[in-house]
Amino acid sequence: MIFLLKLYRIKTMNKINIIIQREYLTRVRKKSFIIMTIIGPVLMAALILAPIVLKSYANETKNISVLDESALFLGRLSEKESIKFNYLPFQNLKQAKQVVGTEYDALLYIPIGSQGDINFLEKSIQLYSNSPIGINTRTYLQKEIESILEEEKMKIKGLDKKTISAIKSYVNISSITIDEDGNETKNFDEISMLVGGISGALIYFFIFLFGAQVMRGVIEEKSNRIVEIIISSVKPFQLMLGKIIGIACVGLTQFALWILLTLGIIFIAQSTFIQNKYDVSIIGNNLTKNQIQLENAPNAEVLHALEGLFSINFPLILGMFVFFFIGGYLLYAALFAAIGSAVDNETDTQQFMLPITIPLILGFIIGSIIIEDPNSSLAFWFSIIPFTSPIVMMARLPFGIPYWEVLIAAFLLIIGFLITTYIAARIYRVGILMYGKKTNYYELWKWLKYKG
Amino acid sequence: MNLLTAKNITKKFVGHTALNNINFKVPKGSISGLLGPNGAGKTTLIRIINQITFPDKGQIFLEKELLNPSHIAQIGYLPEERGLYKKMKVGEQALYLAQLKGLNYHKAKNELKNWFNKFEIENWWDKKVEELSKGMAQKIQFIVTILHKPKLLIFDEPFSGFDPINADLIKNEIINLNKDGATIIFSTHRMESIEELCNHITLINNSKKILDGYIENIRSEFKSNSYSITYKPKRERLENNLIKVIKSEKTSGVYKDIIKIASSDSANIILQHYLNFSEVKQFSEKLPSVNDIFIEAVQNKNNE
Repeated sequence: MIFLLKLYRIKTMNKINIIIQREYLTRVRKKSFIIMTIIGPVLMAALILAPIVLKSYANETKNISVLDESALFLGRLSEKESIKFNYLPFQNLKQAKQVVGTEYDALLYIPIGSQGDINFLEKSIQLYSNSPIGINTRTYLQKEIESILEEEKMKIKGLDKKTISAIKSYVNISSITIDEDGNETKNFDEISMLVGGISGALIYFFIFLFGAQVMRGVIEEKSNRIVEIIISSVKPFQLMLGKIIGIACVGLTQFALWILLTLGIIFIAQSTFIQNKYDVSIIGNNLTKNQIQLENAPNAEVLHALEGLFSINFPLILGMFVFFFIGGYLLYAALFAAIGSAVDNETDTQQFMLPITIPLILGFIIGSIIIEDPNSSLAFWFSIIPFTSPIVMMARLPFGIPYWEVLIAAFLLIIGFLITTYIAARIYRVGILMYGKKTNYYELWKWLKYKG
Repeated sequence: MNLLTAKNITKKFVGHTALNNINFKVPKGSISGLLGPNGAGKTTLIRIINQITFPDKGQIFLEKELLNPSHIAQIGYLPEERGLYKKMKVGEQALYLAQLKGLNYHKAKNELKNWFNKFEIENWWDKKVEELSKGMAQKIQFIVTILHKPKLLIFDEPFSGFDPINADLIKNEIINLNKDGATIIFSTHRMESIEELCNHITLINNSKKILDGYIENIRSEFKSNSYSITYKPKRERLENNLIKVIKSEKTSGVYKDIIKIASSDSANIILQHYLNFSEVKQFSEKLPSVNDIFIEAVQNKNNE
């Protein structure tokens, strides 16, 4: 008898496997899946690369002629990759203008002030060009001129550059948390906010995307009238579970492909046409050669950000992301399946969507609020409650959360998913056999109580 | 011996009773009709036999075993509400459904190829279901229903949606399967459609069983001792008070009478009587149709 029971169990598992396979393969082979899989990473990579690539194309070298009547700037404007200066011999402004647009892209005209008044220069420098020169170039020139003028003014006041840079201070408060054991961790709130925000939003997006696929799949089976043929061979619960798991695998496949392809595209793009211009060593050289110490401050910020990025435990985040995605998805997918079973077509789903969309949207909103204060009690409670925990906990996680909180959230999420699946299965088994009747919440409640 | 025995089945839904203490049996090797008007409870009973829903009360036995999930492989079911995945290829889909019934991949594929050959539809294998007509899709559903060679085949309104030629083809296949040993249940509200197929029937109405048994026995139980005779008179008609003519009509010199005699009398007296004055062309007992029986049985039940 026990042997027979075991045999039967194996067969049951086997049937769920067959269902999972069909659900997975039919979706993965769909054109829309393949297109999404390719377009996703291309868009993502484009989003990351576009500013860099565009910059490298937009910044064609601009040759700027400088007519400096004040003689303050001769040879002192620092050049960069995209901007070169040519100091014109003293001549008439009219003459100089003639070569704008042919030999030179623009003409920087620095008049001589009355009695060499430096303050006069601040308002009277002009830039001539045939077409608008672009904000980047103009800001760069302004900065350059400002710094030279400042230097001149310092000289007048009797200060030299060294003294000034010795006085100038850049404050960067390191935030460090101490846990109960006295271990110290350095905090990088900006980076944590970014990583938390992105992963929370992704979970929200994935639950909706793939949950809706479950719902559509159930409606398809119902409106195709194939469902009764299938459930004469397998239990409704097996069909529902097979569909949910199959689509979860589709989601994970898509996610994995997105990450791999995005990394691949970025890697290829970088090695082909960005490398030369943005090689770190070149930047380094430029820094030592041209930049003066004053300008090392932003560099420190970059270093701080990099340090923050490395401080985040990415394997943990990724692992937790997969866990909370699966958990949150399973919790909601069962409910999506129940809704699908209760209606005859997609337009009828609206009235039942509210109980799903409200907690999800709530989770999303709270997730975006609490990344500013990840240890508030609001953040704590909503990252524990199963309906919002996948989003909110993911948003909190990069800030470093005590393990016991994560464990409680994970445990409650599993319990929550078991409960919603149980409820959904009871609605589903009745709903899939009901045709042509408009259902309401009272009806669902009755189905829930049916025996057997 | 009965292949299927359902004892005291009761199933209630909120607001109404679908099955009220029904006893249902299907003799092994029979073609059994489950007949009744729409809403009588046929589909609910069939779903219970298929373990899609479960009764509130009562038990079902397949042969001598209490019905359990392992019996799924021994039952083939063609539901009334039936369809296929529209976007899926025919062959793939048939394989999927066959595997769910418990066949392994290779066996299912072989069997399917055989049936596709038999129905001359090999070239449908790679077509999508949405490219098929409704009748074509029904053929696929039929093949999938019987593919795993079940002991018990259940057809719920099987001929709706088939054109007459395909309906005939399917009818013949069902008769062949029955000859090969399968027991068959037909469920329908169109009683005349399966009259000539069934040798056993169960009538249900308003969630209760009205009547069941072998169709010959039921017919003789319900027969009204009426006969129909067609003849050409040779001389003047004689009188006989044992023979009561209910109806008589004449068409181009040939008469057709409907006669009733006492149940204790033999039909021979009719023939003897008519032979005296006419040439008998045709003589037959007027058997009640299942429809007649149903109406009478419902009336009897109401009078009880």
